[in-house]
Amino acid sequence: MNLDDIILQAEQAIAAATDPAELDQVRVNFLGKKGLFTEQMKGLSKLPKEEKPKAGQVINIAKQQVQKLLTERGELLRAAVIKQQLAAESIDVTLPGRGDELGGLHPVTRTIERIESFFGDLGFSVKQGPEVEDDFHNFDALNIPEHHPARQDHDTFYFNPKLVLRTQTSGVQIRTMEKEQPPLRIISPGKVYRNDYDQTHTPMFHQVEGLMVDKDVSFTHLKGVLHDFLHHFFEEEVEIRFRPSYFPFTEPSAEVDIMGKNGKWLEVLGCGMVHPNVLRSVGIDPEVYTGFAFGMGVERLTMLRYGVNDLRSFFENDLRFLKQFK
Amino acid sequence: MKFSESWLREWVNPAISSDELAHQITMAGLEVDAVEPVAGEFSGVLIGEVVECGPHPDADKLQVTKINLGPDFNDGELVDIVCGAKNCRLGLKVAVATVGAVLPGDFKIKKAKLRGVPSHGMLCSESEIGLADSADGIMELASDAPIGQCVREYLDLNDVTIDVDLTANRGDCLGLKGLAREVGVLNSLSVTEPEIATVSPTIDDTLDITLSAESACPRYLGRVIKNINVNAQTPLWMVEKLRRCGTRSIDPVVDVTNFVLLEQGHPMHAFDLAAIEGGINVRYANEAEKLTLLDGNEVTLSTQTLVIADNAKALAMAGIFGGLASGVTNESKDIFLESAFFAPLAILGKARQYGLHTDASHRYERGIDPQLQHDAMERATQLLLEIVGGEAGPIVEAVSKDNIPAEKTVTLRRAKLDARIGHHIKDATVSDILTRLGFNVTENGTEQDKVWTVVVPAYRFDISIEVDLIEEVARIFGYNNIPNVSPKATLAMREQKEAQLPLSKLRNVLVNRGYQEAITYSFVDPKVQAQLHPGQETMTLPHPISSEMSEMRVSLWTGLLQSVAYNQNRQQARVRLFEAGLRFIPDNSVENGVRQENMIAGVLSGQRSEEHWDIEKAASDFYDIKSDVQALLGLTNNESEFVFSKAEIDALHPGQTAAIHKNGVLVGHVGALHPELERKLGLNGRTLVFELLLSEVCTQNIPQARDISRFPANRRDIAVVVEEQVSANKVLQLIEKVGGNYLVDLNLFDVYQGNGIESGFKSLAIAMTLQDNNKTLEEKDITDVVDRVVDTLKTELNASLRD
Repeated sequence: MNLDDIILQAEQAIAAATDPAELDQVRVNFLGKKGLFTEQMKGLSKLPKEEKPKAGQVINIAKQQVQKLLTERGELLRAAVIKQQLAAESIDVTLPGRGDELGGLHPVTRTIERIESFFGDLGFSVKQGPEVEDDFHNFDALNIPEHHPARQDHDTFYFNPKLVLRTQTSGVQIRTMEKEQPPLRIISPGKVYRNDYDQTHTPMFHQVEGLMVDKDVSFTHLKGVLHDFLHHFFEEEVEIRFRPSYFPFTEPSAEVDIMGKNGKWLEVLGCGMVHPNVLRSVGIDPEVYTGFAFGMGVERLTMLRYGVNDLRSFFENDLRFLKQFK
Repeated sequence: MKFSESWLREWVNPAISSDELAHQITMAGLEVDAVEPVAGEFSGVLIGEVVECGPHPDADKLQVTKINLGPDFNDGELVDIVCGAKNCRLGLKVAVATVGAVLPGDFKIKKAKLRGVPSHGMLCSESEIGLADSADGIMELASDAPIGQCVREYLDLNDVTIDVDLTANRGDCLGLKGLAREVGVLNSLSVTEPEIATVSPTIDDTLDITLSAESACPRYLGRVIKNINVNAQTPLWMVEKLRRCGTRSIDPVVDVTNFVLLEQGHPMHAFDLAAIEGGINVRYANEAEKLTLLDGNEVTLSTQTLVIADNAKALAMAGIFGGLASGVTNESKDIFLESAFFAPLAILGKARQYGLHTDASHRYERGIDPQLQHDAMERATQLLLEIVGGEAGPIVEAVSKDNIPAEKTVTLRRAKLDARIGHHIKDATVSDILTRLGFNVTENGTEQDKVWTVVVPAYRFDISIEVDLIEEVARIFGYNNIPNVSPKATLAMREQKEAQLPLSKLRNVLVNRGYQEAITYSFVDPKVQAQLHPGQETMTLPHPISSEMSEMRVSLWTGLLQSVAYNQNRQQARVRLFEAGLRFIPDNSVENGVRQENMIAGVLSGQRSEEHWDIEKAASDFYDIKSDVQALLGLTNNESEFVFSKAEIDALHPGQTAAIHKNGVLVGHVGALHPELERKLGLNGRTLVFELLLSEVCTQNIPQARDISRFPANRRDIAVVVEEQVSANKVLQLIEKVGGNYLVDLNLFDVYQGNGIESGFKSLAIAMTLQDNNKTLEEKDITDVVDRVVDTLKTELNASLRD
């Protein structure tokens, strides 16, 4: 067979191959050890020495030509095979993925973390304290001596006359001031307890109290900080008012109301300038230092922020309720 | 305290609406809780007189009347009305809903016939015009009520009841007098007090009064009034005033004392003179002395309780509650009236001690005006004589002047005022506010050295030091007129311990693993807790909300497991909950006798995964929750220090429970709930729990990086057969111990029992990764390690290599 015939034959065979295996057989037939080109090369030995290089070159060119065709055809066939394979491996990408969905934090925790973050930015540290508290830290040190009428407003859970479930986290402020000297900036989030259970009261709830003691801390600062907090917490310019009130541990004292969506004022926190007796009881000179303190009800803020209507849902732990908070 | 707006306006009448008034006093610190109309919405009700009254011909219970509504009503025509009330009678002045009248509830009065007799209107009861919730018969108006007048006008019903939630410091506002004073201050108006006439005695009768506890009762006034008619009617105007202040009419004597209480803010008490033997002695109760109170309950008095006594016995609990035996009844003829000042400290907490809370104790605890006893006595006498008649004796006053609270002198310094408020309020404004409050003000110094010397009346028990005055100035000036300012502080960087793991990180691990955070009550049902933790000492609340919420939790499991049941009962089959919070363990060695430890606990039940199209269903088991615990421990960067070992505790399955120790300290437990408890708690399926001491898992080893080897790692797998009860941990620990430095990783990847393994044995397949930092390991290095491991397992654990 002459070279041209071989090339022609190869061209036809390559074009006729329909899958990579067939094509590989063609390659073997032409370029393999026993292939037609190898035969041709073997034929060179019969040629005179001076013709060998030229004839060899011609064969090599033809071989390269076939090789090129093989490569091209091979790519084409592999592409077709991959295409087919990919088509076969096609899946429904809309089916749900494997693995668990995320859980979530309790909305009360979510609110406390936000409050911690706002006040953390202002350099307030978070302090924790015991929930079973002695009456000194819960009452006496806060200028609420035994039999003070304000004690009755607390609906206190008593274990005995000296030991209570804390009615406010203010005890943490006392414990902090007993150990640390001003300037102080702390907040104390946590559970508090009141013996009261109805539509709008649960016997356990959460408060975040804050305290700032330094030289030159004034009522304007208390107002400034709480205004900022409420605006940032609700992320809108809520209407706010400071209403005079009474707490034995602050003076002046105020309750802070925000205007609800229903056009009614809603109390969200209590605050005031720390009473000199409180500072004195922990060895801070009220002639040198002043301070402000505030306490907010976490559930109330959470209800307003997320549209929760029933206070009691916070402690039922119904997954259908909790799962709304991602 | 509830009060009638129109009564207040008799004292002080600012030109502002009811709403503005309510807002004004709220913003002065007397928070208004509610403003309610004193009567229902109605019209067309006039005063009439029953001029004819006879039985209905066809109905036993009805009466046929003719009513005179005066000359202006249909030219004086009498109106026929059929009435069913028993008390309807000739000559009675009544409230007549005329034809066209609209009563509360949009009830329209039309012409009607009742059993054939025409009825052109209705005679009204208190309840029908919204003055009371219920009524017995029709309303009886005073005999001098002007015929034809609109009842709304006559009774001044365009009035509201304002309910003020007074803070504990403002006892001075627990009466119209005090409230009016406050409204006067806010509006710069003077207050018109009702004239209190001196009643001249017409008899000489008196009782001797002895003050045996002068500091507790420094002033006691008494007066004898004889020959009263206790069955007289309290006039409607007084009944109405009482009603609008939330007080029910009882009898004229009680009504008058209540009226003075509301008007003057001063409690009064009336005794039946006949029940008093000898004189009055205000003393502390004797040991084990008994007294039957007006409500019929007998109490044994403590010796700290002040009583009003006669020569023989205690008559009343001073300032708190009267005694039954000495109370005024409908047979009393002569009474003894008391008007006393009891020191707040003598009364504070006493009522509560006996489970009592009365209008009197409420006021005495907060402090009443120590100068008001005389006025209150005269006011009450005057009103009593008007209503029940009788003759009054002279007032006898026993007083210990030294013990009467005096006016206080308090100074206010400009510098302190400015420092505390942070905003400069002008001198003149400050002086004006203090003066308007009824304080006697003297000014000294100028500018920053300005000092106000303020004499405060004794009735302001809440004002004794400088900050009290600062609050008064700020309050009247208006908190909302004080600017908002951001505070300035030193920018000192705060310490942040990197090794301290914040709770939020632990929470996030669990949230990322599908847990929902729960918050359960810290007090739990003792029955359930006892099932979980039998024999554990606990703290009990003596006065809980309910018995199911009476015991402080000793673990978080009780609350969490009840939440699982709650959710399972609401078709939530797959539950993953965690909680972080305190447990309360009685322990006399720590502060307040209770160890309050932060715990983090979780509970898991239901399928391992949400139902999924490509995941096989499988119930969660021990190893699911263990992996969650391991994830938490992993945060410490020190997981290998935590050792899991088989454990048995009451609440959990004896074969599926691990205790977790760190350096020999018990950190917590993880396991399956005991099946018996699952049943008792009504739980479906296997329930798995863990609980860890937060203090043991909330610190992290700060990472110390080591070099990563550049030489290849070699893996060798061995399968060892050991007795069933040999724990995997034991095998792994042994391998680790003898593995040497080349052993860099160890992984148990299969546990097999069954075909080919003798019963009572198990096969553990373990991959060992061997590597060195300085060279490529030779085959001999590797086989040395493997041989050493296998030999040791053989000798120490009687293990054999699986064929």
